[in-house]
Amino acid sequence: MAELDVELVAADRSVWSGKADMVIARTTSGDIGIMPNHQPLLGVLQTGPVTIRTTGESGQGTVVAAVHGGFLSYADGKLSVLAEIAELADEIDVERAERALEKAKADTDSHAERRAHVRLAAAARKN
Amino acid sequence: MGAQVKVYKRRIKSVTATKKITKAMEMIAASRIIKAQRKVDASSPYAEELTNAVTSVAYAATDVKHPLTTEAPRPTRAALLLITSDRGLAGGYSSNALKASEHLTAQLVAEGKQVDHYVVGRKGVSYYTFRERPISDSWTGFTDSPEYSDAKAVAAPLIEAIERDTADGGVDELHIVFTEFRSMMTQTPVERRMLPLTFSRSAEDSAAVFAQGVEARPLYEFEPGPEQVLDALLPRYVESRIYNALLQSAASEHAARRRAMKSATDNAQDLIKSLTRLANAARQADITQEISEIVGGASALADATAGSDR
Repeated sequence: MAELDVELVAADRSVWSGKADMVIARTTSGDIGIMPNHQPLLGVLQTGPVTIRTTGESGQGTVVAAVHGGFLSYADGKLSVLAEIAELADEIDVERAERALEKAKADTDSHAERRAHVRLAAAARKN
Repeated sequence: MGAQVKVYKRRIKSVTATKKITKAMEMIAASRIIKAQRKVDASSPYAEELTNAVTSVAYAATDVKHPLTTEAPRPTRAALLLITSDRGLAGGYSSNALKASEHLTAQLVAEGKQVDHYVVGRKGVSYYTFRERPISDSWTGFTDSPEYSDAKAVAAPLIEAIERDTADGGVDELHIVFTEFRSMMTQTPVERRMLPLTFSRSAEDSAAVFAQGVEARPLYEFEPGPEQVLDALLPRYVESRIYNALLQSAASEHAARRRAMKSATDNAQDLIKSLTRLANAARQADITQEISEIVGGASALADATAGSDR
């Protein structure tokens, strides 16, 4: 079966890379799932979770990451997710995210609140 | 001990103290180069992917006009971003970057463009303020180890300026001068035009297109649309280019400082050596003089006693 070469890259580091059979991400116009042999695509992502269904050497499983803004580009079986900030679910500090959520609610900062929500949701899906 | 010897001893002591400092700075800089280089490497996948994406959009959506990609018919204003260091003692690092920026400024002025200066680093800022030349914006305090947020802060007013109309004080072009880190021994100041984007239309490039046909690049689908993608993509592209320039400059700065401090340490070592020789010679001269005084005194005494015996 065809596979996707996935690369999840943040501005200052490469976060994750490997094989996958499907990647689900949230673009500005809604969730999008990409499977091998998709048409070449360039999409703008919004703050949200990225779910990668892994295959190959990394084994069957899911990798969930919280992504804050960025892009998704797919061509020739190679999918790259570029984000200014990207965190894998098991890297997320849940306590810190909860504190950030409290603070965002107190300051009524809707952007920060969304970010914290996405972080918590991504962390919850992993555990 | 003679006065001359004392003077030499004092100078040796002071040069030794200076040598200790320069040696320490050399070692600190050497360890930071590695760190800075690692940061450059870590940031390159993002920059590469982003460049790929930008090139793809630009090729695929040639019908879309965007302020960041279209060239003004008659550019009249240009922004120049110069990256220097916050601290000195780095040899010719900052002055080389400044020289390159002066060269570029002269060139742009000759082309009939007005140049707005944007400066990163305390050295560059003081160069401009000392000459009482206007700076549009400046940033200091992070040239040692820049973070992505610093690059964002630098990019924001530049993007804003390029999106504004030239009549309202906006700019048509964005140039950047930074120091490229080639290797531990070579760092060269480079001038690049960042915006409007230039797509390499070099000979090899056209040859590749000729060989593979124009259809070599895949036809992209855009989500939500080509214009929105470009809108979102280009600021990120500028930020990542600035981030990369800042990181390379930081690595170059540390490399330049290491080299400057190494030669300072070597010079101090040479100075200590020659001063020690001079001090030894002076001490020897003192001893010789003392001996000849004693011998002279003794023989004068001997002559005097010999005279009284008679």
